[in-house]
Parts: sequence; structure tokens; C-alpha cells
Amino acid sequence: MAILGAINPMLTAGLNNDDAGWHLADYEKRGGYLMLREILQEKRPQEQVINEIKKSVLRGRGGAGFPTGLKWSFMPRSFPGDKYVVCNSDEGEPGTFKDRDILRYNPHSVIEGMTIAAYAMGANRGYNYIHGEIWEIYQRFEEALDEARRAGLIGQNILGSDFCFELFAHHGYGAYVCGEETGLLESIEGKKGQPRFKPPFPASFGLYGKPTTINNTETFAAVPFILKVGADAYLEAGKPNNGGTKLFSVSGHVNRPGNYEVPLGTPFSTLLEMCGGVRGGRKLKAVIPGGSSAPVLPGEIMMDTTMDYDSIAKAGSMLGSGAVIVMDETTCMVRSLERLSWFYHEESCGQCTPCREGTAWLYKIIHRIEHGAGRAEDLDLLESITGNIMGRTVCALGDAAAMPVQSFVKHFRDEFAYHIEHKKCLVPLEVQRAGSGFFTASE
Amino acid sequence: MLTPESLQKIDREVAKYPTGQQQSAIMASLAIAQAEKGWLAPETIEFVARRLGMDPVAALEVATFYNMYDLRPVGKYKITVCTNLPCMLTGGVDAGEYLKQKLGIDYDETTRDGKITLKQGECMGACGDSPVMIVNNRRMCSHMNPEQIDKLLAELQ
Repeated sequence: MAILGAINPMLTAGLNNDDAGWHLADYEKRGGYLMLREILQEKRPQEQVINEIKKSVLRGRGGAGFPTGLKWSFMPRSFPGDKYVVCNSDEGEPGTFKDRDILRYNPHSVIEGMTIAAYAMGANRGYNYIHGEIWEIYQRFEEALDEARRAGLIGQNILGSDFCFELFAHHGYGAYVCGEETGLLESIEGKKGQPRFKPPFPASFGLYGKPTTINNTETFAAVPFILKVGADAYLEAGKPNNGGTKLFSVSGHVNRPGNYEVPLGTPFSTLLEMCGGVRGGRKLKAVIPGGSSAPVLPGEIMMDTTMDYDSIAKAGSMLGSGAVIVMDETTCMVRSLERLSWFYHEESCGQCTPCREGTAWLYKIIHRIEHGAGRAEDLDLLESITGNIMGRTVCALGDAAAMPVQSFVKHFRDEFAYHIEHKKCLVPLEVQRAGSGFFTASE
Repeated sequence: MLTPESLQKIDREVAKYPTGQQQSAIMASLAIAQAEKGWLAPETIEFVARRLGMDPVAALEVATFYNMYDLRPVGKYKITVCTNLPCMLTGGVDAGEYLKQKLGIDYDETTRDGKITLKQGECMGACGDSPVMIVNNRRMCSHMNPEQIDKLLAELQ
């Protein structure tokens, strides 16, 4: 994987997909750890760092888009005893692969961001929870931590100051639900990753019951850059209420799938062009703009939308994690939804009945439609099931399973109806196979 | 039960967590045990649990919850193929079918010589590199077209 394009990059500036350029010395050459040094030397007030992040309108890059500075301000800084900063690198949202590249090419930006965050919130310990399937990246992060420790950038009395912050990596082992922040905390505690009921929120009752703040990898990585360029410049790089640049992971039917860093507010059409357009010059059919949990949108709506939290919400979906899944005219929407529904059924942690049972029913019904056994009432039945899942579960996985179903049926109802009536797909399987490029890519 | 090297690795994991929170090291410890033994037999899980001062059933809960632990014997090599939507669009499902045909086995089966187990996986966070597969939980293989798959299988033979 690689970072294949950028407009005014910040996080990926100067990286060049160089697998040898991730070391401490390389990061420092790119201006790394300057902000941490400055903050510690000046003994900058914690409030000032938090206000700067607030002013930049950095919004959480993991999916929810919650304002980061506001989240940091919830931490009880003067609370005695352990306080934790946790990085969520459990990148399992189908379509998302940006955190992996950040950790691969610039792990120290995450370490510096987490250390600054810990300083601002008075935290003394931290963990980076890394997705189970990326063992090589986990190993690299461990090496980067060793480098930082040896250089006195994390650990006891950082750079001669009285600030102490111990940071470690925790390796996941294959559970989508651990991307949910309280499921992730349970997992670090050595349990099944079943999300907790909220409130209490992690800022008051987090890891081991202590105050904890969890942010996404890309969010932490942005922190040193925001402090370097200043909150106003960062905000202006994006658009009002949508500060800065964002990494978009583009997958599916484009000529150059990969990561692209562009300012928030960049038109989708520009992003698509950067990816070399739709594969084989075929017609764009649909786009999931923010990871598999975000509602799908027809191609023509996306072509009129810009890539930022507010515009995509207005268009009827979510920016989410910035995972753009592009589907061309060779795609069968029923088969696509069948696969997604299997995923949510498989990954439901089983804690809440509406999600555990509901995701099984969603899959069962979509599976029978796809395989020619759909019934006339099935589309209404799907609607009813999704309505009974949404808002009735401890975490967002239930909603995440329901939203694709609702949006696929809403925007492509004719295709589902055709499947049910004719017991076959509008798009012949040969056309779908040709669209995947598996047997032709090497030619 | 486990080699001194494995035990040393487990101790290093325990040291990452605050005193009294050694249960936090269960995920890593089970992974270390699996890497040594090939799979997690009930007595292996129990051994690891006791080492961390946990109830064996609490360790079993963890082992059954996370997808990458193998609770039954697998082949010398386990190939996990991602077939989730972004990969499916660009050949993930086709790659799985190609592997099934080449190996003469279905998902969750092992070749008769005990060499290769095939698994269907969920999102590995590498969708742009599709088709993607992981060998023995650790080695990620990208852009696996028929030619690349043939090369991988030849290497594992």
C-alpha cells in the first residue's frame, strides 16, 4: 500500500512511500519532535495546548468526527493517580487502510502526538492498540517506541522535564468490535472486547477504571502538525467546521487504489480523478464514502459532493473514517450487501439481542434474495428489522449493520426487486467477474 | 509446556501493564503460545491462564472471541483470504475460489498432506492492495493475482 497522491499534504509531506524513512532520525529531519521539545521547554500551560487543538477544529479521524479538543477538555487533569491516553489503531472498518500507512511510514508522528496529548491531559501511561492483521506494522511500532525511549522522548522525566509518560503497543487479534473505544478498553484489560454501556464515558471511567482518552491514529498524528502550523492555518487548510487535511483510503473500482491526503472540502470528482478515474473507463455506479458502515450513495450524488463531514452528511451519508469504496456498473448491489451483512453478523459481539439476532436475520434474508429465493415481502421485512436494531444496542455496531441495508435498498430498490421477481441478477456473474479484474490484471 | 524463549516473550508482554494487571497480557501470550504450538489446545490455554493468574475459563473466553486464534489443529501454513466488500470488488472472492480449486479444499479445511489450511477472513485493513491474504497470521501478501498465488503456493510446498 502506499500514499499515492496529495494536495497540500501535512501528515504525509515528505514521506515518499519510503520503507526506510520511518526512523527517529528521519522524522527529526522532517521537523519531528520539535513541538514536544518546545512545549516542555516553555512549560506551556496544558489549557493552551487544548485550546489550540479546539481552535483548529480537528475532528476525530476514526469515524465519529467528534471535536478532539473538546474530548481532551473532558479529562479530569487534576485527578490523582493513573490517567491514560489510548490510540485506536484497530483499523478494521472495511475500506479503511490509512492508519496502517501512517504507522508504516511515520510512526513517530503518532508517538509525538500521543505524548503531547498526554502532557495536555496530565496522563502518565498510554497504549496504542494495533489491528491484529498487521503484524509487521506492530513490530515496526515497537521498534519506533524503543527508539523514542532511548532518546528520552517517552518514559520518565522526558527531555529532562518532570513530565513522565510510559507508552506501549498492544496487539489485537481479530475482532472488528474492538474498534469501538470501550470494546477496545475491555480488550486491553484482557477480556472479550464487548463494548461497555455509557455513561460513564472513558474520561471518567476508562482503562482499569481510570480517566482515559481514546483517539484515532490519524488524529494523534495530526497534533504535532497543527501545533507547528498553528490552529488558524490548519483550520483554513480545510473549510469552516471541518479543519485540516484528511487521508482518504480509496478502494474498489478505481485505476489507482490507495491513500490520498487532501484538504477537507475537496470535491469527490477531484479525488476520483487523482485515483485515475473509474477502472476501464466504466460508468460510476455507487460510492460508500466513509467505510462500510456509512450509507451508500449513487454515483451521481457523489459527483456533486465535496469530501468533508458536513457536505457528506447533507448528501445522506457519513465521512466516517474516510474510506471511499468505489463501485462501477459491473457491481451487483445485492451481492455486495450480502457480503457486508455477513461481515456484521460475523463480527457482532453477541452482547445485545437486537444486534446478535438482527444481523443474523439481515444476512439470512439478503442471502436468500441473492440466491433466488427472495420473497415479495422481504424488502419491507428488512426495513422492519433495521428499525428494530437501530438505537437499541450498547454500541454503534448495530447501527453500522443497519445503515448499509437501509441505504442499499433505498437507492437500488429496483435491483433488489428484480432479484426477487426474476430470481437472478441484473448484472450477469461473468460481467461481475470481469469487473473484479482478477483474471485479467496480470495481462 | 512452552519453551524458555516463549516464556521470556510472555514476561516482556506482562511488563507493559501496571502491577496487578497481568491479565492484559493474555492476548499476546495466547498468540505467542499459538506461534510455538501451531494451535491452542485446551491444556495450552490453561497453562497460559495459570501463568497470568487467571481462571482458565477467562482465557478460553478470549481465545474463542478473537478470530485469529486457532482452537483446532491447522496445517503448517494457514492462508487467510480477505473476501470483504472492498476486496470482493477487486478479486478477493475470486482469489479464494482460485485457492480452493488449486488446493482441492474448501474454507476451514486442510490439505491431505497437512500443509495448508484455507480460511476466509474479514477486513485486514489493506483494501487498496486487494486481493490480500495473510500467511500464519503474520505475513501479509498483497496484489495476489493468479500468478502471485501460484508463486506463493510453490514457495509453501
